[in-house]
Amino acid sequence: MTLPSLKAIGLLAAVALAAAAPFYLSGYNLSLTGRFLALSLTAMGLVLLWGEGGILSLGQGVFFGLGGYAIAMHLKLAGLETGEVMPDFMVWSNLKALPWWWSLFKNPLAALLGVVVVPAAVAAAFGWLVFRRRIGGVYFALITQALALAFATLLISQQAYTGGFNGLTNYKVLFGFNMNSQGFAMGLYWTTLAVVTLAGVGAWMLTRSRFGKLLRATRDNTNRVRFLGYDPTPYKIIAFAVAGALAGLSGALFALHAGVISPALVGVVPSIEMVVWAAVGGRASLPGAVAGALLVNFAKDKVSSAAPEFWLYALGLIFILVVTALPKGLAGLFPEGSLKRPAPPEPEAEVAA
Amino acid sequence: MTGPVAVPEPAVAAAPAGLPLLRIDHVTVDFDGFKALNDLDLTIQAGTLTVVIGPNGAGKSTMCDTVIGRVRPTSGRILFRGEDISRQPEHGIVGRGICRKFQTPGVLVGLSVYENLVIAATQDRRWWKSLTFQPPRAVREKAEAVLETVGLADRREALAGALSHGEKQWLEIGMVVATDAELLLLDEPTAGMGAAESTRTAEIIRDLIGAHSVLVIDHDIDFVEQLGGHVAVLHQGSVFKEGSLAQVRNDPDVASIYLGRPKA
Repeated sequence: MTLPSLKAIGLLAAVALAAAAPFYLSGYNLSLTGRFLALSLTAMGLVLLWGEGGILSLGQGVFFGLGGYAIAMHLKLAGLETGEVMPDFMVWSNLKALPWWWSLFKNPLAALLGVVVVPAAVAAAFGWLVFRRRIGGVYFALITQALALAFATLLISQQAYTGGFNGLTNYKVLFGFNMNSQGFAMGLYWTTLAVVTLAGVGAWMLTRSRFGKLLRATRDNTNRVRFLGYDPTPYKIIAFAVAGALAGLSGALFALHAGVISPALVGVVPSIEMVVWAAVGGRASLPGAVAGALLVNFAKDKVSSAAPEFWLYALGLIFILVVTALPKGLAGLFPEGSLKRPAPPEPEAEVAA
Repeated sequence: MTGPVAVPEPAVAAAPAGLPLLRIDHVTVDFDGFKALNDLDLTIQAGTLTVVIGPNGAGKSTMCDTVIGRVRPTSGRILFRGEDISRQPEHGIVGRGICRKFQTPGVLVGLSVYENLVIAATQDRRWWKSLTFQPPRAVREKAEAVLETVGLADRREALAGALSHGEKQWLEIGMVVATDAELLLLDEPTAGMGAAESTRTAEIIRDLIGAHSVLVIDHDIDFVEQLGGHVAVLHQGSVFKEGSLAQVRNDPDVASIYLGRPKA
């Protein structure tokens, strides 16, 4: 049996195991697993962007937040009692009417579309501005980090429109389903698993396509690609937009699982945590991204409940350990993906980080 | 800082058939007061081999950079088949038929040898055309043919990053050839190669002439001799002498600036 088919069987088994989780996991652990699976979509986006494209974004929280807020706005509007025209926090902030851009999210289909399209469009526009000017590497990481800070600050400052520091919480119904029922929790878990699986297959296909190969080529040597007659900019923009869309989807599913989206979930520190998930799993491995997101977040749950103030130190420690001892993350413990590839690529000095 | 304004030659407009493939037309490149190219004037005819030699810092690589659009001329023009390309974007210049091999091998280390050649051989380079799994048949055939040309057929599936230094040089020559560009710029194709590999490289390059015009930059006089072809000596950013290797070799002025010096 070949290595690729062994891996395929392993992955199928993992999906089956996860699908059966509601029958053997406690309610609490199941809810955590679903929540962390939702987060793994962000890590998958980083595999495409960072692992395959060599573009490190420290601002994925922005796109996570856009997706999360998009679905939360719909939930707040769907949960209004008869007679109410806007969510309670708007009333407390003395708003006279529902802002027009909020009302767009009243339609469930528009909200679902917004979850993916808004973050992708923002990422594409930002990427167009930045990649066209050939900004990359550390500068790109710093700019995206600043973007995350600005986004969280904006959310806090615009309390009347965003719910401020507390964010948007207290959801009741989604597409007519009571969100507090046992059945909803199960349905949401399986939906999340299905989305993660489909997104994983889609992302894998993208990496295997000629687009994916060109993306990897720009990672290894942007100049060579440029002087073979390609414009590398659209490849980078699309990778950033796809990673943004995955983060948006991730944020929306997370908001449904956690029942809240707030500035504390989208700022600088959460954005860095997202990079750590991908790094722990292996930044060029899609299954690794899921494993990394699950592992780091279960660790966070355990550490935070024992000693909350210690978590940031633990996070830093994990990051240092992975970078120094396991640069390819958990995926580095497994043999390379295909038998055709005898040796892993050597790190080269000219790699555009 | 401006060079002389070039006047289009009437003969060029009258007889497009006799148009040179590339004309570096009185190009000056000024890096904050240092003239890397100083009123450089060089013409390359279709289907020919030109070898550019010259001491370190003579402007050889800057000349290549200027032709492919990595560096923009401070004054002067680059004419390709009579068209001024000195303000075109890099990918636009490649699209017109100029491709360059860099001094340090610029292969795509994370892809296989074959995948490197497929990326190079793809003629329609618009991004949405890349959303498929199989490259077009013509591209696959071109890649297979170039594998044979540069002698890497048995390394087809190897990762480019795992190749030896000489193999990387051959792969990059192959990538440049696979683009089907009319003009190939090969910047030090034998850098880091042994004598046997250099000889093989000279054979590969000689076989390209005719179908392509080739401009080679090299330091190694033995290799230049194996190549044959027209030689231009660059010195302080200008063409110092042109002719056959024997002619420039016996020129006392050339000897004083270049050949007479012990090679580093």
